[in-house]
Amino acid sequence: MNDDLELERYELFADPTYNFGFDRRQFLKAFSGGIALIVPASNLIARTLQQDQGESGRGFNERVPNEIGAWIQIDEKGTVSVFTGKVEIGQNIRTSLTQAVAEELHVPLTTVRLVMADTDLTPFDMGTFGSLTTPRMAPQLRKAAAAARETLIALAAEQWKVEPSSVRIVDARFVNHDASKSLTIAEVAKGQKLVKTIPADIQLTPASKWTIAGTPVPKVDGRDFVTGKHQYVSDLKREGMLYGRIVRPAALNSTLEFSDTKAAEAMPGVVVVRDGDFIGVVAPDQQTAARAEKVIAVHWKAPGQPGAEELFDYLKKNAAPSRGARPVGSIADGMAAADQKLSQTYTVAYIAHVPPEPRATVAEWSGDKLTVWAGTQRPFGVRSELAEAFHIPEEKIRVIVPDTGSGYGGKHTGECAIEAARLARASGKPVKLVWTRAEEFQWAYFRPAGVIDVSTGVKNDGTVTAWEFHNYNSGGSGIQVKYDFQNQDIQFHNSKSPLRQGSYRGLAATANHFAREVHMDELAQLVRMDRLAFRLKNIKDPRLKAVLEAAANAFGWGRKKSGGRGHGIACGFEKGSYVATAAEVSVDAKTGAVKIERVVESFECGAIVNRLHLNNQVEGAVVQAIGGALFEKIEFKDGQILNGRLAKYRVPRFSDVPAIEIVLLDRKDLPSAGAGETPIVGLAPAVGNAIFDATGKRLRALPLAPDALSA
Amino acid sequence: MANVTSLNVNGKKLRVDVDSQTPLLYVLRDQLDMTGAKYGCGEAKCGACTVLVDGQVTRSCVTPVGRVSGKQITTIEGLEKDGKLHPLQEAFLKADALQCGFCTSGMIVAAAALLNKTSKPSREEIVRHMDGNVCRCGTYLRIVNAIEIAAGTAKEVAE
Repeated sequence: MNDDLELERYELFADPTYNFGFDRRQFLKAFSGGIALIVPASNLIARTLQQDQGESGRGFNERVPNEIGAWIQIDEKGTVSVFTGKVEIGQNIRTSLTQAVAEELHVPLTTVRLVMADTDLTPFDMGTFGSLTTPRMAPQLRKAAAAARETLIALAAEQWKVEPSSVRIVDARFVNHDASKSLTIAEVAKGQKLVKTIPADIQLTPASKWTIAGTPVPKVDGRDFVTGKHQYVSDLKREGMLYGRIVRPAALNSTLEFSDTKAAEAMPGVVVVRDGDFIGVVAPDQQTAARAEKVIAVHWKAPGQPGAEELFDYLKKNAAPSRGARPVGSIADGMAAADQKLSQTYTVAYIAHVPPEPRATVAEWSGDKLTVWAGTQRPFGVRSELAEAFHIPEEKIRVIVPDTGSGYGGKHTGECAIEAARLARASGKPVKLVWTRAEEFQWAYFRPAGVIDVSTGVKNDGTVTAWEFHNYNSGGSGIQVKYDFQNQDIQFHNSKSPLRQGSYRGLAATANHFAREVHMDELAQLVRMDRLAFRLKNIKDPRLKAVLEAAANAFGWGRKKSGGRGHGIACGFEKGSYVATAAEVSVDAKTGAVKIERVVESFECGAIVNRLHLNNQVEGAVVQAIGGALFEKIEFKDGQILNGRLAKYRVPRFSDVPAIEIVLLDRKDLPSAGAGETPIVGLAPAVGNAIFDATGKRLRALPLAPDALSA
Repeated sequence: MANVTSLNVNGKKLRVDVDSQTPLLYVLRDQLDMTGAKYGCGEAKCGACTVLVDGQVTRSCVTPVGRVSGKQITTIEGLEKDGKLHPLQEAFLKADALQCGFCTSGMIVAAAALLNKTSKPSREEIVRHMDGNVCRCGTYLRIVNAIEIAAGTAKEVAE
């Protein structure tokens, strides 16, 4: 396990949104009865530890079960059920993990069924983030499947009274040495639970021998999606279910000064729930709930808060000293050896995830047991949050996550689940709460904004001799370089964020790659070198070199371009995979409008598990990156989001999409890394560099062209 | 205001009883249990709620149900006939034109309106017609490919 993978996580750390009053009595009663509910307390400790470390999850890892049956069960009919706490949010891991198990178990894909993200059924899992499913969960399931296979072979051998080594699996059937006898998986397993532990030295099928993994099988349950049959959380309905709505203030950090709920309470079927600063309503239908919410008179008090225009000064002013800096060599020596020096500042704005399905929960109490269906990337994390909010042990709570309308890092938290559960508790009925798009913008959290200062020295032959890099607030992910710089001082500084901020696809790797790769372009310009040659001169890592050359070749780097067009390139590494992106942009001479015309991205994440879905992931990341690169930006003032609607917040659409060519490098000799995030980091710097190539304007802020380039 | 008491959905006359101002989307999803059309933004800017009304692309989240009573409403649930997928549904699978799938219903329904009108649309026509539908996972090129497959104009299938 590579703990470095977890070092750079950036989780939302905020006090609990609500401090409910009613349950405290029960909580105290439980204590006085001698039952110490240590769950909430231990969570608080874990939370504090994480805050100290500025990260989540580390040291918070429950024991990973080592019994085959915790991961894989085979019923009487031979259906293989696989249990994983991971969540399917469009990254197609339901398919890739099914492939992994089918491969090791030597059974057809159709006999394998994945049970995902159900805290009562699946082993503990920290959450679906950090591109960890492929490098960590897939090997875990492979091992369980391989151990299941060996156990089944032993069972078949026992039935036949032969040596296990004489039993083989051919076409999903167990056969003896001369194939005169055969058994199906159901006939061998007989519905027994596989209680054996997974041997530490279990042999896995190498990628070069894969027949099911490594092939482009289609999405396993694709038909349910193209027919509209798949039930997302927001589609679920329970007997007697009511619809919830929350009364919100206009600004963050508001406190409730006054409320009058009489008019809402007078509406037929409406129940108003008031608990501290929490006010919500439930009604038999959405329309009534929305009307009831509107007729509640409230007055909130909000403090003055920093706005977008003062953001970057604010972040630097409130920066903490960096932690964990590991300088390499000496910046002073590097600067002394340089022929030229350059200092520049780069900035990135807050941006929103805009998951297609807003946060949604259906909550249902049965006595003191709570079941919630929630669209979240961290079912076990949400279970902890619920335990804390309602002062009940985690064992009383079940969180189930149906395949969800995506997240991109934006669905790590449980606010919506807590609200729905509070409403359900008060109304005594199951409650569905689906956040509106406006709520999703204002009350979720954002990709952190940041300021990055870069000071460097370079020799006229193109050797970078000193690299000093300070990131304020946006995060440490992707901050380390894969270039061969002899002298480095790279630091991340926490700061105070005016807005709620947290995880996002690729985290700060986009910001850090933007600053680094634009700066590399500026250095190339300084020493009058070709931008590709300049990068190659500073690269020793063969994998980085390979992706960069692959992208440059496929793009036709150095070829002529027509007027108003520019080419840019960028490369990088993050979460075990390598990426290089080349972009061609056009800039309209009159309007300054920027259009990305063509993108070539090469990507290498070790052995490819499913080329079809990998291509789709990489392509999707490039498209999503267009928004953050060119126009996505949260406008805010005094705790209010000023453009928190799709009519005001522009996301990439069909007409924004360039021609995209993906070049996948398959390294069967290397373990598979995740691919959900890293492909997003290369576009912004490649486009920024292409705009400079087209216009001579050096842009150092993301988004690059929220409206158009000024004349 | 008078309540709406029946709707023609996917060729069937269905009983409902709702205030005529209620958005069509809520009626489909909450009363008729047709949850293929999704809530995505509530202001007709993402297309997740797309249905056809008399063959026209309609954002059901901003369409009062009173305005569509007596008209023919087609939803994603109505495209599959006798267990056989609509060519667009087949094509979306073939082109792997989805990731999380939340926008997929709206995409397919919007594309169906295009193909009903123009059997072999150009790439530009596809982009123009589909520009009101958002796929945040970024599968746009695959969706264009899927529409071309269904229209029989695709040069190649994405891989």
